[in-house]
Amino acid sequence: MKYYIAILLTAILTENFVLSKFLGICPFLGVSKKLKTAVGMSAAVIFVMAMATAVTYPINKFLLVRNNLEYLQTIVFILVIAALVQLVEIVLKRYIPALYNALGIYLPLITTNCAVLGVVLLNVEKASADAAFGFAASMFNSIGAGLGFMLAMVMFAGVRSKLEHANVPKFMQGLPITLVAASLVSVSFLGFGGVIENIFG
Amino acid sequence: MAEKKTIGQEFRKGLLTENPVLRLVLGTCPTLATSTSMVNAIGMGISVTLVLLCSNMVISLLRKVIPSKVRIPAYIVIIASFVTILQLLVKAFVPALDAALGVFLPLIVVNCILLGRAEAFAGKHPVLASAADGLGMGIGFTAAVFCMATVREFFGSGTLFSGADSLLGLFGWTSFTGVDVFSHIPGMEPILIFILAPGGFFTFGLLMACANRIAERKGRQKAQLRDCASCPMAAGCALRADNETEKEGAEA
Repeated sequence: MKYYIAILLTAILTENFVLSKFLGICPFLGVSKKLKTAVGMSAAVIFVMAMATAVTYPINKFLLVRNNLEYLQTIVFILVIAALVQLVEIVLKRYIPALYNALGIYLPLITTNCAVLGVVLLNVEKASADAAFGFAASMFNSIGAGLGFMLAMVMFAGVRSKLEHANVPKFMQGLPITLVAASLVSVSFLGFGGVIENIFG
Repeated sequence: MAEKKTIGQEFRKGLLTENPVLRLVLGTCPTLATSTSMVNAIGMGISVTLVLLCSNMVISLLRKVIPSKVRIPAYIVIIASFVTILQLLVKAFVPALDAALGVFLPLIVVNCILLGRAEAFAGKHPVLASAADGLGMGIGFTAAVFCMATVREFFGSGTLFSGADSLLGLFGWTSFTGVDVFSHIPGMEPILIFILAPGGFFTFGLLMACANRIAERKGRQKAQLRDCASCPMAAGCALRADNETEKEGAEA
């Protein structure tokens, strides 16, 4: 259990997808203006990341690796994710309208979100490097990555709402100051370096 | 349809006026992630340019065959095929670059520059113009990442072109391994944070400010994060309505 909690916390804090791995920057900059959209988007990302990992893990293990087709990972995974997102959208719309209303508008955006494909590819990479990194570990890693994405989005939405009222020099207005603010938020996450190793040994 | 002159213009617009990174704000993830060293930046830039050139040409050739309802999945398949070819080539010939770029090499598939250009340009224009557009955009991307990488590598590791032998080794030239600038100046220590994540955001912010300033002087609009205009998924996305009206959570 310790192993899994360490994986989860590492994915959320020390290896935060947005702030230290640079995955999912587009939604991080684009959708973080309002807290409501930031939370909705991140919830959808967590959901799709978990689903995508649950589906691609067996495909990779039993289909691709077994037949020496690892080089097809990129193309297979992106197609699986695209199909999955469509399917999830249809199923949610039909059977769980409440959830669809909350997440539905974000789903089409997520197909081409590099964080989702990124987490799937990183899971495969980690699994091939470390035999102990199995299905459960992949799931924990994906959910942790999604939660880390949410944490970064929510924190940054707060920073940006303050920024709206700040007196920014003209040449820095807009995107430049947003990026500098992101840099400062990212500095705060550097502080987590080594925390996980110290807690879990 | 396409005259010589317009092809030249299609090519040139990607370099400055419509630079994908600094003006259209596309492909921010790879820009930030692969600009830790100049060699990585050039490697990534060449990779993206090659895939963009090939995918733009194929998509343009197939633009009358692909039904518009399934065009996005079709584009993704075409792009993913070229990325897979590229991955195998890089793994075989420049393994050091493959290790340095890591997951960002396969992630070219979801790079919004590629899908964005496919949707905004290659799907509507003839082959030569699309090729020129792809080449220009690719070189524009390379130039922007290279600028960032120069700043980050110089301040962050105190070197220039470090690890150049991995790329130059392709031509059998491995004697040049970069310049270690800071080690020649006593008392100079590199500012490590520049090659870490915060330095990436910071450098990108400053570069963006410079680009905006220059654009403003020339009477052009500032670069803005076009939440939707350049996003290939905009058609199926209700967020656009949300952004435009700023009112309701809106339904698709």
